[in-house]
Amino acid sequence: MIDDQTIEAVFRGRLGGFVLDTAFTLPAHGLTALFGPSGCGKTSVLRCIAGLTRIADGLCRVGGDTWQDKTTFRPPHMRPIGYVFQEASLFPHLSVRRNLTYGAPHKSTAAGVKPAVGFEETVDLLGIGHLLDRAPAKLSGGERQRVAIGRALLSDPRLLLMDEPLSALDAETKEEILPFLERLHARLAVPILYVSHAISEVERLADHLVLMNEGKVLAAGRLGDLQSDPRLPLALSRDASVSLDATVEGHDSTYGLLELSVRGGRFLVPAPAGCSGEMRRLSIKAGDVSLSLQPSSGSTILNILPCRILSHTRRGEHEVVAVLGLGSDGMGAHLLARMTRRSWTMLHLGDGQPLFAQVKSVALR
Amino acid sequence: MLFSADTLVPIRLTLELALVTTVLLLIVGTPLAWWLARSRAWWKEAAASVVSLPLVLPPTVLGFYLLVALGPNGPGGALASLWGARTLAFTFEGLVIGSVLYSMPFVVQPIRNAFEAMGDRPLEVAATLRASPMKAFWTVAVPLARPGFLTGAVLGFAHTVGEFGVVLMIGGNIPGETKVLSVAIYDYVETSRWSEANALAAVMVVFAFAVILSVTAIGRRLGHITE
Amino acid sequence: MKTSTLTMVAAGLATALSFGVPAQAAETNVAVAANFTEAVKEIADAFAKSTGDTAKLSFGSSGQLYTQITQGAPFQVFLSADDVRPKKAITEGFGVEGTDFTYAIGKLVLWSPDAERVKGEETLKSGGFDKIAIANPTAAPYGAAAVETMKKLGVYDALKAKIVEGNNISQAFQFVDSKNAELGFVALSQIAGREDGSQWLVPQEDYTPIRQDAVLLKTGADNEAAKAFIEFLKGPEARKIIEKYGYAVDGAQ
Repeated sequence: MIDDQTIEAVFRGRLGGFVLDTAFTLPAHGLTALFGPSGCGKTSVLRCIAGLTRIADGLCRVGGDTWQDKTTFRPPHMRPIGYVFQEASLFPHLSVRRNLTYGAPHKSTAAGVKPAVGFEETVDLLGIGHLLDRAPAKLSGGERQRVAIGRALLSDPRLLLMDEPLSALDAETKEEILPFLERLHARLAVPILYVSHAISEVERLADHLVLMNEGKVLAAGRLGDLQSDPRLPLALSRDASVSLDATVEGHDSTYGLLELSVRGGRFLVPAPAGCSGEMRRLSIKAGDVSLSLQPSSGSTILNILPCRILSHTRRGEHEVVAVLGLGSDGMGAHLLARMTRRSWTMLHLGDGQPLFAQVKSVALR
Repeated sequence: MLFSADTLVPIRLTLELALVTTVLLLIVGTPLAWWLARSRAWWKEAAASVVSLPLVLPPTVLGFYLLVALGPNGPGGALASLWGARTLAFTFEGLVIGSVLYSMPFVVQPIRNAFEAMGDRPLEVAATLRASPMKAFWTVAVPLARPGFLTGAVLGFAHTVGEFGVVLMIGGNIPGETKVLSVAIYDYVETSRWSEANALAAVMVVFAFAVILSVTAIGRRLGHITE
Repeated sequence: MKTSTLTMVAAGLATALSFGVPAQAAETNVAVAANFTEAVKEIADAFAKSTGDTAKLSFGSSGQLYTQITQGAPFQVFLSADDVRPKKAITEGFGVEGTDFTYAIGKLVLWSPDAERVKGEETLKSGGFDKIAIANPTAAPYGAAAVETMKKLGVYDALKAKIVEGNNISQAFQFVDSKNAELGFVALSQIAGREDGSQWLVPQEDYTPIRQDAVLLKTGADNEAAKAFIEFLKGPEARKIIEKYGYAVDGAQ
């Protein structure tokens, strides 16, 4: 319903001893991760968008509504947002049910308008039905955060802001909540701004990425594009990987392989069957991709795809990272491949060269 | 008979005075405590110090100023002239004004502390859930600060009951009107009526004990509520 | 420079110490009822000039002072605001038999800072005022005298509702002086030297004389300064001062 619309955010100024200088425009759909090291200003940006922090030189427009400009400043309670804080911050004096309904529009005012997500659906989605009559103090950390997410959703937001909702939780609890977030993302039309400093969460959840460092925006764009941009730090990191959105094409039940297509190529991944046409996310590490000049048939590697080298960058003294475009014309989705400088030189590799990417392992979400 | 009408009248009067004072202090003190807890005005601590002055000033100082302020040439006299009286001194209303000022820090301070202890976060959460500042105040801040309100109310009530110096200076010792418990005890001691003094003093001791016990209990609960 | 400063400090200390323990002159602690404060200060000065002895003065209400005396307070002389407590001190064994005497007789006055207010006893009879201040009649002699006067004039029942009680006579005075009460019965000594307002000196026959008695306490029986102070208080110089401050003195003396 708010397709073709954008979120525009410009915040410049001093916050205590910290200087914020950010400007970006995002599509108002899907999940956008604000990613960067701790203390880079991600949370400040989120708070500015929510109106919790007021920076004089700011501009914030969401889906055509101006929340802040030179003459306007809408206080936070007048902005149709949902905000999930790092700590669940449930109201300790209210039951789970009353926490959930605290921000829900009153029935009278919402007479004709049906909220984007209903109470039953939300409770169901987050698996908190059995907790409704408990006090927040009696919940585990993960349960609390799920209730906090539900509370934000039930306020019928047009933009959901999440400030590192998993960072206060232990690894096990994180794994318990991530699937809920994925379902949320898949089921809801509400755009989400998600602050994180954990690349693994970003790879799993984000469609778009705003990359931040020291109060500035390094880049903003589609997740895959930024992951495979050799000018950005992501592509050169040790765990560099590229996330691809893939469509389920079919399933080979004899070998238990799921067939998925991405722009310019197809992958076979060991997995149970899925509905045809369903969207799945693949993640491929730069270190798991090797290059070969011939389509070697005598290999155990399942996925060998034609591609072209689009560009390359040195990584340290002895390694090279190449950006690949899938398809024999190199016009498809991008992958990263990391190799030793010796291999690069011995094979006389260079930009524009057609060759074959051997993908050793594909992570399927 | 230790509790004759003579001794019961001051007890009833004292309870009335303390009740009215406490209710007024909650009404006046809550917005004040809120402002002291939330404002960033540079002169806020100066204002807080003014509120706390009765903690350190001898009651005679306050009593003296009140005597002047309540009189015909002061604001109290101006107020009293509205209903044709000359002065607010020697009246129940005058005692209420004195008690409100005198017990103010005992009510404002615990409430302010409770507001400060909860921090910004609950109010931010409420705002992001579309709660207006007024709604956030009533549905989040006040319930979370409840132990502060309880402590403030108990201390304010108790302190008004125990007030002596100010009442002595502005009361005029009128039975049923301004002769409260503490003054009555003083009177009995001055005139060597030990048995009456004893009875009333015992009431005060029991009362003070109950107050301290309940404040401690509230303090305990406050500890529990902050997760 | 440094040494000279040190020397000065040392000299100062020595002086201070020598003041604390006078070589010759004796010293006595006198407990004085608060209403006699101004008069007794002047008397103590005159006493020091004429004898070289020092009277150290402590003030309080007669009741408080008496309680302190019974609890062993280090007073040698007690100047009460009534004639009951000095006698009680003797019967209870704190005072020296035969040493009690009336040093001053308080004069009751109806007073108002408003120059038009007090015209005489008709002011009381007309009752054209809102509040009249008196001292607590059960605890303070001036209060009792005020009630006695009103009863004698036959106005007490009519005025009863208008009476506000100060805990003591100085508080009754404050009520009037701050104009919270339009008028009040105060001590003449309290308004001695004041030009403003209006007053009616209550005739002595309207109330029992407010005798203020003094007594030598047993702790002062062997104290020369204490005995000297008592003698000085009876002498003409002291009596002149006492009268100046608005008290009568015993004619029998």
